[in-house]
Amino acid sequence: MRFSTFIYTLKQGIANIFRNKWYSLASIATIGACLFMFGIFYSIVANFQYIVKEAQNGVAVTVFFDEGLSQERIAEIGSLIEARTEVDHVNFVSADEAWEGFKEEYLGEYADGFKDNPLKNSSNYEIYLRDVSMQSALVSYLESTEGIRLINKSEITAKTLTSINSLVGYVAIGIIIILLCVSVFLIANTVTIGISVRKEEINIMKYIGATDFFVRFPFVIEGILIGAFGSLVPLGIVYLIYSNVIGYVLNKFTVLSSILKFIPVNEIFHTLIPVSVCIGVGIGFIGSFTTVRKHIRV
Amino acid sequence: MITLDHVSKSYSTGAPALNDVSVHIETGEFVFIVGDSGSGKSTLIKLLLRELLPTSGTIEVNGVNVGKLKHRQIPKFRRNIGVVFQDFRLLKDRNVYENVAFAQRIVQVPGKQIKKNVPSVLSIVGLAGKYKARPKQLSGGEQQRVALARALVNNPPILLADEPTGNLDPKNSWEIMKLLEEINEKGTTVLVVTHNREIVNAMKKRVVTMNKGVIVSDQKEGSYIDEI
Ligand SMILES: Nc1ncnc2c1ncn2[C@@H]1O[C@H](COP(=O)(O)OP(=O)(O)OP(=O)(O)O)[C@@H](O)[C@H]1O
Ligand SMILES: [Mg+2]
Repeated sequence: MRFSTFIYTLKQGIANIFRNKWYSLASIATIGACLFMFGIFYSIVANFQYIVKEAQNGVAVTVFFDEGLSQERIAEIGSLIEARTEVDHVNFVSADEAWEGFKEEYLGEYADGFKDNPLKNSSNYEIYLRDVSMQSALVSYLESTEGIRLINKSEITAKTLTSINSLVGYVAIGIIIILLCVSVFLIANTVTIGISVRKEEINIMKYIGATDFFVRFPFVIEGILIGAFGSLVPLGIVYLIYSNVIGYVLNKFTVLSSILKFIPVNEIFHTLIPVSVCIGVGIGFIGSFTTVRKHIRV
Repeated sequence: MITLDHVSKSYSTGAPALNDVSVHIETGEFVFIVGDSGSGKSTLIKLLLRELLPTSGTIEVNGVNVGKLKHRQIPKFRRNIGVVFQDFRLLKDRNVYENVAFAQRIVQVPGKQIKKNVPSVLSIVGLAGKYKARPKQLSGGEQQRVALARALVNNPPILLADEPTGNLDPKNSWEIMKLLEEINEKGTTVLVVTHNREIVNAMKKRVVTMNKGVIVSDQKEGSYIDEI
């Protein structure tokens, strides 16, 4: 194909959008609405998963040792734990450190009454996991390990977080699929209308000897452009909403800001922009390409 | 240039539109096709354009066996045939220039060439000054000239016209027919379906008369025949 032919069909595709102003606008609006919901939804899910992840990082398994266990064995247990794949990192807390921490937290100035360290058997390992779902595997390993007296774990938190996380994932996928189907249907409708309005023209083109490509390509370009426009508008709106809402929440509820950490707006849009544009353009392409194939038997 | 060999065409309903038609047209001929309404003239044109396939028989146009064309070969085949219809069939949302240029864009003529060819063919049909007008802003005669310019711009060896003067007044009808004659004199084979008795009788060309799907008369330098 000549470059000038490509440019010409491209221009025709753009012109098509303006020839069918209202239908173009309607489908830009519907794709826009779908991608707007997608954007909002994505922001919520991404933040939720981020918060869950943060919470997971705080979840730790703590192991205490048999009374009078040798330093060597403790070190050995430490390196065994560290070698496990479930483990992100391990923190050794000596008996003195444990006592210091306890004093600071609960006793304050009254601590002076104690001569010996009353927690001399409480040296321990704090084990931080890569992923909460791996907790039970680690615990059963620890239970079979020689020299361990006690394992503290947070069963409920771990299970809940894991199942909430996967539930959110499934719901997200489901809703996104529905939105995409609706958009493809709407684009297909627009292009069908465009084709029926221009049926006569298409016939004339065929009489003069236009190839299938020459007749179809402008419609496909039209669909792609509608998809692209339809993705840019909601991106702008979601950007405004997101940055304002987060600022508002953190300002209004200062207590929350220490518990909840939101993803910064730029980081969200780092993913959201390419994904939205790809979805928009993809919907536009698939919707128009399949419709044109079906309706123009050149 | 054009050969029909025992060609029949039946639509799903009613009597056959064409019934065992055989005819041969040489390169460079000018032929009128006349006949009552429903005698099969437009059907014949559609078969030549490969818009329809014959029910039986073979059609050869420009050395191509039309019945054997594959789908993807049809566009190329049609580019060798200029067509003009009674209802002009212009692209309504484009101006005169773009309507004519369109035929060139389809065959991928370079842009520079198009800028030369379109004005030159528009001046042949006498519309050089109106290249910016939209079809709506033109009279019937002018619209038909645009259609003619579009049919000619690629220099096709064959020109088919199905009642090109059907919607025109006598003056414009004559001017269009004269243009068709000029084109024919430059070497293009021209086939004109018409109901215009006066022009057929005056121009003294070959006249093929059809009735109920059959060729009932084929005269050199003929005249319009009413009833057989
Ligand atoms: N698409 C179609 N389906 C069914 N029958 C058709 C179709 N097109 C034409 N016919 C029939 O075929 C016959 C020939 O039609 P055709 O259009 O070829 O006539 P024509 O000679 O061009 O007439 P006119 O001078 O009125 O244009 C007519 O009886 C018509 O009713
Ligand atoms: Mg007819």
